[in-house]
Amino acid sequence: MAKTTIKIDDLKRDFRMGDEIVHALRGVSLDIHEGEFVTVMGSSGSGKSTLLNILGCLDSPSSGSYEIDGVPVSSLDRNALATIRNEKIGFIFQSYNLLPRTTALENVELPLIYNNKISSEERRRRAVEALEMVGLGERLGHTPSQLSGGQQQRVAIARSLVNDPVIILADEATGNLDTKTSYEIMALFQELNRKGKTITFVTHEPDIAEFSGRTVVLKDGYIIKDDTNTNINDAARALTALPKEEEV
Amino acid sequence: MKTRILNLIKIALKAIVLNKMRTLLTMLGIIIGVASVIAMLAIGEGSKQSIRDEISSMGSNMINIRPGSDSRGGVRMNPNEMQSLKLEDYEALKKQAGLLSYVTPQVSGSGQAINGSNNWPTSIYGVNPEYLNIKIWELTDGSMFTNAEVRSAAKVAVVGQTVVENLFTTGEDPIGKMIRFNSIPFKIIGVLAEKGESNFGQDQDDVILAPYTTVQKRILAIDYIQSIVASAVSEEDAQSAVEEISAILREQHNIASNNDDDFNVFSMDELISTFSSTSEMLTVLLVAIASISLLIGGIGIMNIMYVSVKERTREIGLRMSVGAKGADILLQFLIEAVLISVTGGLIGVLLGFTVTFLIQGVLGWPTIITTYSVMVSFLVCAVTGIFFGWYPARKASALDPITALRYE
Repeated sequence: MAKTTIKIDDLKRDFRMGDEIVHALRGVSLDIHEGEFVTVMGSSGSGKSTLLNILGCLDSPSSGSYEIDGVPVSSLDRNALATIRNEKIGFIFQSYNLLPRTTALENVELPLIYNNKISSEERRRRAVEALEMVGLGERLGHTPSQLSGGQQQRVAIARSLVNDPVIILADEATGNLDTKTSYEIMALFQELNRKGKTITFVTHEPDIAEFSGRTVVLKDGYIIKDDTNTNINDAARALTALPKEEEV
Repeated sequence: MKTRILNLIKIALKAIVLNKMRTLLTMLGIIIGVASVIAMLAIGEGSKQSIRDEISSMGSNMINIRPGSDSRGGVRMNPNEMQSLKLEDYEALKKQAGLLSYVTPQVSGSGQAINGSNNWPTSIYGVNPEYLNIKIWELTDGSMFTNAEVRSAAKVAVVGQTVVENLFTTGEDPIGKMIRFNSIPFKIIGVLAEKGESNFGQDQDDVILAPYTTVQKRILAIDYIQSIVASAVSEEDAQSAVEEISAILREQHNIASNNDDDFNVFSMDELISTFSSTSEMLTVLLVAIASISLLIGGIGIMNIMYVSVKERTREIGLRMSVGAKGADILLQFLIEAVLISVTGGLIGVLLGFTVTFLIQGVLGWPTIITTYSVMVSFLVCAVTGIFFGWYPARKASALDPITALRYE
């Protein structure tokens, strides 16, 4: 068995909305191992985004334990959490969240700027490498407004790769993209996964989930299904099967 | 730590360059705030100083001593006809009064001055050479008569511009020329600088100065003196000097302690207090206006700083989500605010100086730039800018990254 990257046990998260308390997570336990490609599915309000935010150390659980790469996170303070985010996690957002008017290269360098152990030469080298990995080696100096949605998301993926995290967390990373571009992005994720990256991907689209090796389904704050996908769809092949718009 | 600060400075610089418009607007608030306060206070200080100069050019520490009315025997007499001031009084003051820098007897008469076919009605003042120091008058030509000429009652005179213009109509040099005053010949040895009208509407240039001995003997034929004019060592000592003079003259005149003075001593006290209350009011007014413009400038800075940090809450969220600590965010915004505020402040100071020099050069208004106006305006604007750059950033950096990311 591969190393356990993420280990959560009986995780709960309550939100206070005025007088009402919303139970977004009601006790979730989950292990994710090194090299896995997991999709988390569920309708809106199922708690999947809350779970991902907690996994990404952007949010703290109300109760329960969470260990990432062997580090118990629940007891850490804000600064220690920032360091965990900086060194162990790559986060990808639905809306890309790139800095406007800032080049792709500088956007990708961003996490490393907050890591004092990395020199500026090293930072640049790794950012270029990450951008090459996502196929944007030719567009280092482009700003987000000069890039298409798919390309912007690739920049965001490069940014999540640049600190060599133990896990990449993607929150509806294809939600803003058309099917073709979504499949291209999924092909990229599959390729990264083959290279050994551990990926957790939140989506509500079943066809996207088919590209992953394991699907966890959440409903009303509980895990109702946790299946291993034996019949993984290959995104690169799915892409060629799409009707070719150009030829119509 | 060093790399961290260096990185944050780079980020801050980048943000400043990226948001040119916002940076410009914020700086503009600071620049205008600082520059207007500096220029305004410079104008205010300049006019205050020019008022003060005018007062002292009138001889603000001047003291006049005149004979007082005497009611002995029940009949009150015109003080001008009293003959109670003697040369001995002048000499006593000269010898004993420690608070007087200059003192001169004064006798005066009016009459017709004649030069060839020109004549002009004017006044002659018999004084000693110290008179010029008391009045703070200057000569444009020639020289003042000397104490030796006073002792010998020489027939020499120093004349004012109005007299020169009316007696020497062809523009010839009056120095060394003879004129006659009430048929007594005087040799002109000096010409007074033009002073214009006094604040009381009197033509100060319509005057002839001559040794008091000459005027006493040859024009008025008197042996007493009409008044004594003196100047206190300083404006502040004027009142004490008045008391000192009174004491000396009472002793001179053998006045018993229960009797009134037979002389009057006038200082320019009231004049000074009027002018100083005017200039005090001016100061209050200026400080009020400056405070208001600083306040308004400050509010402008607050606004733009506050809004610009608020609208970057998402950026703050993103930075934190990739691993920036709260302190990193705070430091970045603090560096930005300091750079913008200090640069804006410095440009403001430069602009303030430029505007001030322009006002002085083009409008000819007197201006004085004071250190405190530069310091206060710079500090207030810089501190406001820094505080309102820091405060919303502190709030944003205390948010959960996820809340900051969702901020709209």
